[in-house]
Amino acid sequence: MSLDHFRIGFLPLVDAALPILAQELGFAEEQGVAIDLVRDVTWAAVRDRLLHGHTDAAHMVAPLAIAASLGRDRPAVPMAVPFVLGLNGNAITFSTALGAACGLGGELGDPVAVGAALKAVATARAAAGQRLRFGVVHRYSSHNYMLRYWLAGVGIRPDMDVEIVVTSPPFAADALAAGEVDGICVGEPWNSIAVDRGVGRIALATAQIWRRGVEKVLAMRADTAAERGDATLRLIRALHAAAAHFVDPDTVEQSAAILARPAYLDAPVDAILRAITDHIRVVPGGVPVHYPDFMFQYREAANFPWRSQAAWLYAQMTRWGERPFDAEEAAVAAGTFRPDLYRAALAGSGAPLPGASSKLEGALGGPIGAGSTQGRLMLGSDRFFDGRSFDPDDIPGYLANLP
Amino acid sequence: MRIAIIDTSTTRAAIIAEGLREAGLDDQVVIDPTGPIVRQIEACAPEVVLINLENPGRDLLEDFFAMSRALDRPIAMFVDQSDGDSALAAVDAGVSAYVVDGLSKQRIKPVLDVAIRRFQAFSRLQAELAEAKTALADRQTIDKAKAILMRRRGIEEPAAYALLRGHAMQSNRRIAEVAEAIVTSDALMGDLP
Repeated sequence: MSLDHFRIGFLPLVDAALPILAQELGFAEEQGVAIDLVRDVTWAAVRDRLLHGHTDAAHMVAPLAIAASLGRDRPAVPMAVPFVLGLNGNAITFSTALGAACGLGGELGDPVAVGAALKAVATARAAAGQRLRFGVVHRYSSHNYMLRYWLAGVGIRPDMDVEIVVTSPPFAADALAAGEVDGICVGEPWNSIAVDRGVGRIALATAQIWRRGVEKVLAMRADTAAERGDATLRLIRALHAAAAHFVDPDTVEQSAAILARPAYLDAPVDAILRAITDHIRVVPGGVPVHYPDFMFQYREAANFPWRSQAAWLYAQMTRWGERPFDAEEAAVAAGTFRPDLYRAALAGSGAPLPGASSKLEGALGGPIGAGSTQGRLMLGSDRFFDGRSFDPDDIPGYLANLP
Repeated sequence: MRIAIIDTSTTRAAIIAEGLREAGLDDQVVIDPTGPIVRQIEACAPEVVLINLENPGRDLLEDFFAMSRALDRPIAMFVDQSDGDSALAAVDAGVSAYVVDGLSKQRIKPVLDVAIRRFQAFSRLQAELAEAKTALADRQTIDKAKAILMRRRGIEEPAAYALLRGHAMQSNRRIAEVAEAIVTSDALMGDLP
């Protein structure tokens, strides 16, 4: 049987795991699919290859897929996100000096307490004409929006009290070491590498800011997803099977060894293993701290592309961008996420399928059963650190009440 | 029209700069890839920026361009939808272009065309170089294998070559591959009777 080939672009990050493992471990082949992985070092290159047909799909920061649909900085190309590759898995790492100034301990801090300490330092630095500078991986990244959400929530005004610049993940540790930035918000293993090199200490996991924050997605051009409908559904099934395998505790060492290869992450197995097992070494030489659900790849239908998650990202783009809220744009942004494709792919598989396509984000305090059309769906706490919730049907009202 | 060229390969940057000069586009700045890219771009205020697709500084640069929207002359990615072919050709060749807002398509097209042709020429050059290197290595291996056959079988050079060639044809392999196998086995077992 001949296989349907998908060229999938990716950046060397732990959460590129699912397409890599789907290919390496045969989940793709079981579905009649072959994945050819295309590695890049910038999101700009991943996006360009996808938009111009060098690749058929990509591991991508969710807001960038939405920005492409909306035509931010370039002509719009309708995109389709049929599958979420993972939630969270990022961290905020301070330089050693900033960590000491904020009195960080040997554990992950409390977002409000760390925020208060950071505010004092940021205010003093701004008064001295040396604003603190934070690096994020891309303008249109969850990292940028998570960092801004936290800073604003603790009374630090992004762009005014502190500067936020772009730093590519593989160069983030270098930027910290060189003093170009005082902190970074990047994906793993790059925080751990900064810690292991002795140039930084992890202050917070982004999961502490939003317990179930959407992170990387499988992005495709909408026309590719339509033209290659059946093959796309099989690709989704292969990724879903890879996700189930990835979260099995018995497989973590094998996964870490595969991801560490030069063709993929080209990074130390040990740092990758810590991320996969939710163990975070926050200070150089310290004992890794266990933070459950640091990365979230499978449970609670984590791969389901909730339109409300896309809407939250659009709300943040509006909050920090120069374009005001626009109902039509909000609809395009939410429509980029394609729960219809996810459902079509996994119908009859036993995977829980949510009945709704959108939900109130940040409203759940603990595990609760949720409506499903197939299987039994349990959702865990999806709180934001400040206790706010997000109603995708009232973005203007949400924005008006933010600090 | 000022054109900035950013390329991780300084050789390719020089090849593009020369191509643009030949096309009468003299106002150009070649950015030092080891220095701070954004600061250099800011300093030379270009109207067109050419950068290799795989340049690690692109996310940083696009962020700067996005911020430039607050300035008088914002810079955006040049991918005119009505000109999809040339955008595709650019990505295929491995080059990205950014232009200031309001610059007419007629003025940009020749720049992009030169860049695409020069990028393609550079890739061809590299491919040819790699091929030449392989050819040289192949010939050396074949010569070694011939010498081994001549010595061990006590035959002349034409016969040794015919033997190699005949075996390659029979086994559907390249002569160099057969030669490689002979050289390897001779290195491992040449001293055995």
